[in-house]
Amino acid sequence: MGDLNYVYAVGRIRVKEKSLLSDSDIGQMIGLKDEAAVISYLQDKGWGSQDSGKDPDRILSAEEAKAWGLMVELGIAPSVFEVLSYPHLYHNLKAGIKEICTGGGGSRAFYKDEKYGRDEMLRILKEKDYDALPEHMRAAAKKAYGIMLETKDGQLCDVAVDRACLDAMEHVSRTTKHEIIRDYEESTVAVTDIKIAVRGAATGKSQNFLKEALAPCRSFDVGALALSAAGGPEVLRDFLSTHEFPEAAEALRTSPSAFERWCDNRVIETIRPQKTNPFSLGPVVAYYLARENEIKTVRIILTAKANGFTEEAIRERTREMYV
Amino acid sequence: MSIGLVLALVGAVCATVFAGIGSAWGVGIAGQAAAGVVTEDPEQFAKVLLLQLLPGTQGIYGLLVTFITLSRIGILGGSPQTNMDFHTGLMFFFACMPIAVVGLISAYHQAKTSIASIGIVAKRPDQFGKAMLFPAMVETYAILSLLTSILAVTNIPLS
Repeated sequence: MGDLNYVYAVGRIRVKEKSLLSDSDIGQMIGLKDEAAVISYLQDKGWGSQDSGKDPDRILSAEEAKAWGLMVELGIAPSVFEVLSYPHLYHNLKAGIKEICTGGGGSRAFYKDEKYGRDEMLRILKEKDYDALPEHMRAAAKKAYGIMLETKDGQLCDVAVDRACLDAMEHVSRTTKHEIIRDYEESTVAVTDIKIAVRGAATGKSQNFLKEALAPCRSFDVGALALSAAGGPEVLRDFLSTHEFPEAAEALRTSPSAFERWCDNRVIETIRPQKTNPFSLGPVVAYYLARENEIKTVRIILTAKANGFTEEAIRERTREMYV
Repeated sequence: MSIGLVLALVGAVCATVFAGIGSAWGVGIAGQAAAGVVTEDPEQFAKVLLLQLLPGTQGIYGLLVTFITLSRIGILGGSPQTNMDFHTGLMFFFACMPIAVVGLISAYHQAKTSIASIGIVAKRPDQFGKAMLFPAMVETYAILSLLTSILAVTNIPLS
């Protein structure tokens, strides 16, 4: 019966899905002359709000607000989205620690967050009021802040925070009652582990460093991933080819941006079955994630157009769409 | 009043109650899905309304069997069979069970199929005809149970 609690929301989402951008829309935008033409195209599709004008940032912010507003309207429990916002929360933690310890950063380094935005995060860290953070973040915040104060090593600090974020996500994937959240978190942890391994292999990190950085994951043995990454990029590509990720290995051979594209596409692949699921929270969360992916892709296109990238270069960086 | 008449009456009540519960639940839940679609696309109102109503038929079938049963045991005509024996009463009771049980279960499954079909209409309104067929298939079994109940109730010999 629990699956039937969201039939109203799914009904609305089914209609909303029709207005999501498709791969063909993305192809058309890439082919447009410049940023202004892309903005006009988006406005024809109903993007932006009355007061966003032709400003790309305001148009994208308006779309983010619309996506979030719909979730609020549908009455989806905020706890569902708290889980999806873990990467942003932990990012704000890293940004806060670095701003305090190095004086750099500024407001643009933080994600907007009602509860743990820049000001609140800085206050918590300065006052060492870790209890004000969600439980899963407290130990990581204390540890990472300590590392940064003692060593001033931003990379070590990042490793501690990122690992805590992955552990928290992995914990959610094991304990959640929602299948979509489980699949999404599991897929995100696997993809992030692979990203860390790729960067580690490229910069010659040791096996111990990688073991510390990689979070346990059900898709593969992280010990083996760390070992292969420590062996260098070629060994890591072989590992990925033989562990259900041949497309990742292929993307790595192509270019770093093709690999980043594969990472995002992999997550979209995880949520795609929700397009035909008439029940449960799945289609609602999938729609929200699809909107985030869409906005991210449009941001890439707008930035690339503003900087005069070629169509081919933009195509390599854009993500697959949900519909 | 005989135990036979009581059994027959319980059967008649079950036909309406269980089939009615299934239909009320089914129409309600399918209505939620339909409301979701109409919130975003009011033009689909007529199409989703039809899909919402499909699980409602079981309740009508149950009521029909109840009427026939009440009529046969004399309750509706004002001359109840107060001397009905136990075996005859039991026969009426079991004759009402097909629509009571199948009505309840088929309404549940038809509602879920209707919700899925409402999803089809939401995305592809032009595919309404095909979308309608899926929940209509479930109706077959409600109709079969209705026929069984009617045939059984109308052919039970009364002394």
